[in-house]
Amino acid sequence: MSNPLISVRGLTKVFGDFTAVNGIDFDVAKGESFGLLGPNGAGKSTTMRILAATSTRTSGTVEILGKDPEQFGPLVRAHLGVVPQQDNLDGELTVSENLYIYGRYFGLSKKFIKNKIEELLYIYGRYFGLSKKFIKNKIEELLEFAQLEEKRDVKVEALSGGMKRRLTIARGLVSEPDILLLDEPTTGLDPQARHILWDRLFRLKEQGVTLVLTTHFMDEAEQLCDRLVVMDNGSIMAEGSPAGLIKQYSSKEVLEVRFGSDRNKEVAPQLSTMCERMETLPDRVLMYTEDGEALLEQIMQAKLHPTTSLVRRSSLEDVFLRLTGRTLIE
Amino acid sequence: MNQGIDVPQIQRFGALYIASARLKSMSKWRTIIAAVDIGNPLFYLIAVGIGIGVLVEQGSGTSGTNGIKYIAFIAPALLANTAITGIMDETVFPTIEGFKWRKLFFAQNSTPITGRQIAIGVYLAALVRALFAVTVYYLLLLAFDVVNFGISFLLMPIAVLGGGAFGALMLFAAAKIEKEDQFFNILGRLVIMPMFLFSGTFFPLSSMPIYLQPIGWISPLWHATELGREAAFDYGISTTMVVVHLTFLITLLVVGLTLATRQFERRLAK
Repeated sequence: MSNPLISVRGLTKVFGDFTAVNGIDFDVAKGESFGLLGPNGAGKSTTMRILAATSTRTSGTVEILGKDPEQFGPLVRAHLGVVPQQDNLDGELTVSENLYIYGRYFGLSKKFIKNKIEELLYIYGRYFGLSKKFIKNKIEELLEFAQLEEKRDVKVEALSGGMKRRLTIARGLVSEPDILLLDEPTTGLDPQARHILWDRLFRLKEQGVTLVLTTHFMDEAEQLCDRLVVMDNGSIMAEGSPAGLIKQYSSKEVLEVRFGSDRNKEVAPQLSTMCERMETLPDRVLMYTEDGEALLEQIMQAKLHPTTSLVRRSSLEDVFLRLTGRTLIE
Repeated sequence: MNQGIDVPQIQRFGALYIASARLKSMSKWRTIIAAVDIGNPLFYLIAVGIGIGVLVEQGSGTSGTNGIKYIAFIAPALLANTAITGIMDETVFPTIEGFKWRKLFFAQNSTPITGRQIAIGVYLAALVRALFAVTVYYLLLLAFDVVNFGISFLLMPIAVLGGGAFGALMLFAAAKIEKEDQFFNILGRLVIMPMFLFSGTFFPLSSMPIYLQPIGWISPLWHATELGREAAFDYGISTTMVVVHLTFLITLLVVGLTLATRQFERRLAK
């Protein structure tokens, strides 16, 4: 990669005798959307805090916009927008006060922040779940926009969990960052709010903002990431585009069959002869194949009659299972 | 990068931005703060001035207090103690909140603001709070005719210095501790209470047995109280002792702040 925005080599972080991140390498190009996919405890958040130029590393090199974040913390952070896993808003201040004060920490002028807040409150309003109605009904949208006007002077501690999450993200955008770091951005959000947020992140990407995000949701990684690394126990297991990884580590389709928890193991040996690869999970059996329907037909002919069956396309979940022998969300 | 971002500005004045954010948070509690900072001295002045003070003076006159009215004798100590508790409230709680409860410091540190600036900003805002409390107290002392207007205004900076010395240590301690429950128990019962009772607050330190006097010697309250008495009433402390008191408080302040800023940086970089 020529001139990567972020360059990480041999990055290691040790806490006492626990190695959270174990010698990882990756680059992120300008305008790219890059993901760190892995289960809880994989080392994703630790990596993110180091990229955010706050946490120090044990060894390895990190360059962000050509600078070492440990040496040039404030200068590097001036380019970053950070959305931590846990919302860290000032509950005693209002929505707009939170945005305002954060903007001041970048040395931004009062006038600039004021205008930016107007814009962000608008985005924030869209985060309230308004976007579909926005298109369908102009009047409805205006009414709900007014509702947002009410929220601006509401103390943050009175907001719902989802609202706080959206405000934290809006806050990360106050300084119009070049790189936006998002640690588990949609964990805890309802499906509708997640889709609105994804839409918003797409727009940022279109504007040339580089995104780096962690997630343990495979659908999120597939939706948002141009490229990602799969992490487990502090190490990178694989790297590539979502489609590329699926192609490399899994088959085209997956047949999920359930025989009831006792019988799954019983029939497993017989099933394994029918497909390229198989995973027996406690509740179901995953059979990897190029043609799921045909395989199901074959099972039926063998009189194995599963209680339920599902044919689906392979996902990053299957890649992770293949690489680690474990599921992403345990 | 956004053209409006001004890193040199933040490198110079970052701590002031943090302090102003802290003052903004405090202002949300202004009614309670005002009630505490006015009510507390009022209760003491009434209880001690009218109650205990009369009793003491009936017993031994003013012979035990270098000829000073009892209420006037303890006023500098109460003033310094007000600064100490004010600064403690505004360093301990925001620091634990910043690192643990709401993790605000981590948000602040994800901007060009540094850990050192966060520590100093919190500390400066605490000094402002103490200055407010002490000013209110001083005005009440004037109103109750406990001190005369004039050189006694030095009581205010002296009290804030005493509070600042103790507060710098508290800033460090609050950034250091992981389990705040135990910390609050120990702080309240084994630090604040004995310091308040044994720092020459209600009687001269020298009237205590020698083996108890070291509590006073290491107590910022005692040093600030002695300085305050000298400023307000010409209490008769030697110049050497004035220098000793000042040196002790300033040293404590510098050491405390150095430890605190380092601990803030360390904990944020974990």
